[in-house]
Amino acid sequence: MIQVQNIHHAFGDNQALSDITFDVQPGEIFGLIGPDGAGKTTLFRILATLLLPGSGSASLGGLDVVRDYKILRTRIGYMPGRFSLYQDLTVSENLEFFAAVFGVTVEENLHLINDIYVQLEPFKKRRAGALSGGMKQKLALCCALIHKPQILMLDEPGTGVDPVSRREFWDMLRRLRDSGLTILVSTSYMDEAAWCNRVALVQQGRIMAIDTPEALTGSFSKKLFAVRAVDKYRLIADLRRLETDANAYAFGEFAHYATPSANLQIADVELFLQKNGHDGVEVVETEPTVEDCFIDLMVS
Amino acid sequence: MNIIETINLTKKFGDFRAVDAISFGVGKGEIFGFLGANGAGKTTALKMLIGLLKPTSGAAVVAGYDVGKNPNQVKRRIGYMSQKFSLYEDLTITENVRLFGGIYGLSMGDIREKTAKLLDRLELAPYAKRLVSEIPLGWRQKLAFSVAMLHDPGVVFLDEPTSGVDPLTRRQFWDMIYEAAHEGVTLMVTTHYMDEAEYCDRVSIMVDGRIEAMDTPGALKKKFRATTMDAVFTRLARPDQKVNHMD
Repeated sequence: MIQVQNIHHAFGDNQALSDITFDVQPGEIFGLIGPDGAGKTTLFRILATLLLPGSGSASLGGLDVVRDYKILRTRIGYMPGRFSLYQDLTVSENLEFFAAVFGVTVEENLHLINDIYVQLEPFKKRRAGALSGGMKQKLALCCALIHKPQILMLDEPGTGVDPVSRREFWDMLRRLRDSGLTILVSTSYMDEAAWCNRVALVQQGRIMAIDTPEALTGSFSKKLFAVRAVDKYRLIADLRRLETDANAYAFGEFAHYATPSANLQIADVELFLQKNGHDGVEVVETEPTVEDCFIDLMVS
Repeated sequence: MNIIETINLTKKFGDFRAVDAISFGVGKGEIFGFLGANGAGKTTALKMLIGLLKPTSGAAVVAGYDVGKNPNQVKRRIGYMSQKFSLYEDLTITENVRLFGGIYGLSMGDIREKTAKLLDRLELAPYAKRLVSEIPLGWRQKLAFSVAMLHDPGVVFLDEPTSGVDPLTRRQFWDMIYEAAHEGVTLMVTTHYMDEAEYCDRVSIMVDGRIEAMDTPGALKKKFRATTMDAVFTRLARPDQKVNHMD
């Protein structure tokens, strides 16, 4: 449904995208996972036909982003990272405006957004600028869907959104996916990777890995320990001295210790920490998350 | 004595109680996580604590001064950085440090000395003449934090400081927070990353303008019989939903 081939893009000396290649299957949620500045928005702008790629090519639904941009725009729904609706129009005026631009009516396509729209309806006479963050996001999603696109592109919908609202937003995305929509979404939250069918991990304009979240964590080649001790700050500093080629970092209430030495045992780590005067030491072997994979790819 | 102390701190917008009689204290050298869903009143509370918004009723004393009566004294004694704005992008790294040093009333000699120390510590010396817009977000956030501490404030407010930052730099940023706390600086941090809630000494969770829970992460998890702070947060932010898990 989406094909991206060897895209490079530079702004002056700054190489924003280097050799980006991936494809997205119909009915899939594909996530571009990476920090701000990784090039995600540049890629979105190229795919949304708002920016010409420096080199390389891309097509969405068989339409080329350069040659077929006019018709392509009617087939995609694009929700940019920054709220970009008309703040001084009401909820229903915004919706009608976007429908009119694409030559449809709100009535004929209301069924597509009904689930989301019912939550907005109590505020339909309110100006978009006066909505809460969560409601703005829902309105933006409705406006991106009202012309019945085949592909939905969301650039960082989770930024600044609390974890519960974020999960509810993803519930909506999964329902849209199940109704047949193809979704390309970007995020800097590593936990959101688990809710995608496939993800690309992006860093400094390059794709470090592409796979299903399960396959990514499955290919993690190191042994991973979750370690706890009373003095967490000193714990991480000490773990970093245990082996030269291992990696220790905070991970919620634990520290994660990723080591290439398959022979290192829980008892070895425990002994080392006890020797260093740590209290309340607890060491277990644990399964890697996408965040562990991302960190591993960044340091290697 | 606590460096932040609030008693029934309240802000009303018309009939709407954005912040509804919150009372809490934060001690010297403490890392205090200030959590809540969007719209729960965190930003409004934070704005009162940093002297930008006058409380409707109740009081808060920050760094020895009443935020309602002496907001300018408060501003002088605190540090503040946010994800949205912290540095001037069209100034270089050195120019930003000099500008903020000047705003805080440091002498030129002091500024020179502190700039050198800061650049050295952040390993930014080779990039001192780069525009802030040209450096990666993670570096920018670390620089912004250091700039917020330039005048040696007793308390620093960090509003979503790591939003959008890569996982490695996010952790380096927390190393800086720990270091500052170790030196006796108090840090009040808002975040949407629940793993970061675990890094705080104590956490408060706001719901509809009120502080619904406040304790160490360990005690909160125990109280709500949850294994993660994410689950604690969900239970408080959506009390009507028993379970809210996608997987």
